[in-house]
Amino acid sequence: MKIDRRSFLSLGIGVTAGTTLSPLPWKLTDDLSIWTQMWPWTPVPKDGEVSYVHSVCTLCPGGCGISVRKVADRAVKIEGMDGYPGNDGSACPLGLSGLQLLYGPTAIQSPLKRVGERGAGKWQKISWEAAIAEVAEKIGRLREDGKAHTLGCITDSDCGTVPELFKRFLTAFGSPNFMRTPSCADTYEMTLKLMHGTDASPGFDVENANFVLSFGSGIIEGWGTPGRMFRAHSAWKDKKVKVVQAEPRLSNTAAKAGQWLPISPGTEGILALGLAHVIIKENLYDKNFVDNYSFGFEDWKDSTGKVCKGFKSVVTDRYTPGYVSGITGIDSGDIEALAREFAGASSPLAICGRGQGSVPGSIHEFMAVHALNALMGNLNRAGGVSAVQRADYITWPEPEPDRVAQNSLKNERADGAGSARYPYTKSLLTRLPAAINSAEESPIQALFVANANPCYTLPDTEQVREAFAKIPLIVSFAAHMNETAEMADIILPDLGHLERYEDVPTPFGMNTPMVGLARPVVSPRKGARHVGDALLLLAKQMGGSIAKAFPWTGYEDCLKKTMGKSWTGLTENGFVAKADYKPAGWDAAFATPSKKFQFMSEACGHEGKTGLGAVAAEGDPKAYPLVLIPYDSMRLSGGAVANTPFLTKTVADTVLTGKEAWAEVNPKTGGKLGLAEGVHATLTTPKGSVRVRVHFSNGMMPGMIAMPRGLGHTAPDAYLAGKGINLNALVGPVADPTSGLDAAWGIRANLVIA
Amino acid sequence: MKKAQEQNKPKKYGMVIDLDKCTGCGACMVACMAENNVPFKKDESNKKDSITWMRVYKLTNDEKYPDADICYLPRPCQHCEGQHGHSPCVSVCPATATDYSEETGIVSQIYTRCFGCRYCMAACPYHARYFNWWDPVWPEGMEKMLNPDVSPRMRGIVEKCSFCFHRYQSAMDKAHYEGRRDIEEGEYQTACTQACPAGAITFGDLNNPAHKVHELKKHPDAFRLLERLGTNPKIYYMSNREWVRKAGDNHLMAEKPAKKQH
Repeated sequence: MKIDRRSFLSLGIGVTAGTTLSPLPWKLTDDLSIWTQMWPWTPVPKDGEVSYVHSVCTLCPGGCGISVRKVADRAVKIEGMDGYPGNDGSACPLGLSGLQLLYGPTAIQSPLKRVGERGAGKWQKISWEAAIAEVAEKIGRLREDGKAHTLGCITDSDCGTVPELFKRFLTAFGSPNFMRTPSCADTYEMTLKLMHGTDASPGFDVENANFVLSFGSGIIEGWGTPGRMFRAHSAWKDKKVKVVQAEPRLSNTAAKAGQWLPISPGTEGILALGLAHVIIKENLYDKNFVDNYSFGFEDWKDSTGKVCKGFKSVVTDRYTPGYVSGITGIDSGDIEALAREFAGASSPLAICGRGQGSVPGSIHEFMAVHALNALMGNLNRAGGVSAVQRADYITWPEPEPDRVAQNSLKNERADGAGSARYPYTKSLLTRLPAAINSAEESPIQALFVANANPCYTLPDTEQVREAFAKIPLIVSFAAHMNETAEMADIILPDLGHLERYEDVPTPFGMNTPMVGLARPVVSPRKGARHVGDALLLLAKQMGGSIAKAFPWTGYEDCLKKTMGKSWTGLTENGFVAKADYKPAGWDAAFATPSKKFQFMSEACGHEGKTGLGAVAAEGDPKAYPLVLIPYDSMRLSGGAVANTPFLTKTVADTVLTGKEAWAEVNPKTGGKLGLAEGVHATLTTPKGSVRVRVHFSNGMMPGMIAMPRGLGHTAPDAYLAGKGINLNALVGPVADPTSGLDAAWGIRANLVIA
Repeated sequence: MKKAQEQNKPKKYGMVIDLDKCTGCGACMVACMAENNVPFKKDESNKKDSITWMRVYKLTNDEKYPDADICYLPRPCQHCEGQHGHSPCVSVCPATATDYSEETGIVSQIYTRCFGCRYCMAACPYHARYFNWWDPVWPEGMEKMLNPDVSPRMRGIVEKCSFCFHRYQSAMDKAHYEGRRDIEEGEYQTACTQACPAGAITFGDLNNPAHKVHELKKHPDAFRLLERLGTNPKIYYMSNREWVRKAGDNHLMAEKPAKKQH
């Protein structure tokens, strides 16, 4: 048969039509999809009965109520808990991804003993009995040698049963060295101590404030309880509440604010005094409060008859808008307008603590900002700041230290807190590394670390690691491997945040006293034990008066007995709050020597002058013409708990690409330095030098470099380790002269094309 | 009779996102990943192959310091209705793996039908669709957190935001079980809406006057992305800043926006 053109075409058409009409292509498509998808290793999640467990997230100090969805015995999703005080149904991205920590590969499965060099990551699994016996034997020897005071403890909090158990252990053992990781809560608490005379934490009635002036606080970047602040921020939008943000970088908070004041960093306290100047000069302050309930506003005579300058004289003499403008870089007209606007609001709220508040900050700055609230009489009332009494539910009988402990407790603390130099400060962890490094024999011979990661979060990380290397025994209670656990000699793995009970008392910033209950969502992994149980075991092993101080059979027993009648409410609702709580009235609120609010405090005399200057950044301006400022982001966890894979996935590619971190600079500054978008550059500070990529941002103050906290982890996590740079390694602490707390807001730096 | 008709009226689920409230925190992205078993790799910094059904974009106004401004824009699948359900991706799918539901207005993605030709990705003007270049890998133990309501995908197929359709199914199942024909507004909310700590996302039936989105979408500050393409998307955005509203549409460099005729 001859194939001519006609029959060829007919055949072609016939084949096409036939194929189209036949089921063949559809069958092939179907097969194709089946064969491209039938991979036996693609998991098929098991189904089961759905249930919800209410708990409290303890990944950051915010303490948000969470509701965890379970399918059979698996936890599959974390959501915010409706009706929980503060966050009420909302949660932050870190909290939402908490299951990746629970089921992640970094959870420690059994007690570990270091076998290789310190920090080399070589471990030997040991039994709980052996681990407890070894720790007890080693710290027991300290007591025998009269060095009981050299046992230290670092945790993230100083209230709640777990920190109280540690404090109790240290007291019974004979050491004053209980240390809390630093944050702006330290400075706020000291501010309340000096100005209100109360041992309290600050409460901010953000829900009812109608003008918000923030001195660099990352309102939507993790300051306070994130879920609560986000909700308040949106409510302000609805109620047209104006937010003014003073900050050198256009942060998210600044971008969302009604007004952004790009201020020279470190001069925030001076701006506050400038505003106070205008408010006082123009008689805009609350006269009833200032005249009847405050002290130190007018000049006064002290006990020796010497005339002391009052707040009014200090502020009106020196902090004129012109002077303040020159230091802060804010236009004097803007200062005057802002002061009037602030004073014109019925509930104006001034807050401070940069970013998430992870650095304590200057006490003068905090007092200046708090004085603004006081000038407006916006204390202990709706829409203002109140002094919230510390949790009072822990009423254990005092431990009875034996003679060894009693003698040992008389020693001064290793970090200098509470000493004659820093009498009002409770913990000065940032001073500890230098104290250890400068001593011949470390003043801390044994160290407990729980719920903290000082080898990552403390400033000048290199110095911290060096100091930790000099401590003969470090016991870590970490649930997950982190930089500090890597430096430990023995790890007694704690239960993860979704595996354990814990009371969560009033978080920083909440204005109603409360306690929430974190509880196990899933059954805990076998090799780990609750940090409280580990401590009880250790106490029992120590015997004597130490064992006697811990009469409980286990942590759960301790918690239930401590909560007493509240336990039922806690387990049923997830929290107990004093709904009818009202802060004390002005006539009963202040416990200062004058029984009034104190604008001025004698504690601030250390500088030998009244008034304050800007907090200077470390480094020589000639060698380091630029300034590096760290910033906080909701998409990076800068605290003790590191980023989860989901959270890291949300990080922008102008912050992190591959393993490289980016540094933000103003295009003008970058241009002058011969840089361009995306180029590699060397960033140098007095603390170290790193390679970065350059990102131009118009939201940066010229002369500044910004980088985020939360990257540069070294601990073994394939999803995070080795990515970017730990900002804490580039910035050193700057001690506040009065409090000794770290007041660093940045460091001088240089950026050179690589 | 009339009541029954009312109840059977087709729904049109959509969102109104208040960009002035959005803080760019990323909670919506994380909640979405957790709810929908979205995979993650060791390095997710190449955003071209990073699967994020919900992605929050950062917009800047391009002004110099100190007039610079930032706005964040969460971008789920826009669930385009096009003209009579002819959304860009649905029209091009040769495998009928993606479909426009006349009942809910949701653009579906049926993983078992998709064979990975990626026509839909080319057609989608919002980059809302993602291709699985690799098999998903969960570190040992982490597959325990997988949600059984959403099947994990495998390499070679396209995935995208489903408006958490499984939540609609379970809400409807519950309603039917309780003898109700329909669900309340609060019974079906997407994971991102539920998670947004700023309350910036409002989700509901755009056709239903009782739902909040019905009014919100008419707000003078409301706009949609690339509206001139005629994709008729069901995600509305709101901002009182003009530069943000303008950023909702885009023009090529050479393409001058037509001047208004007077």
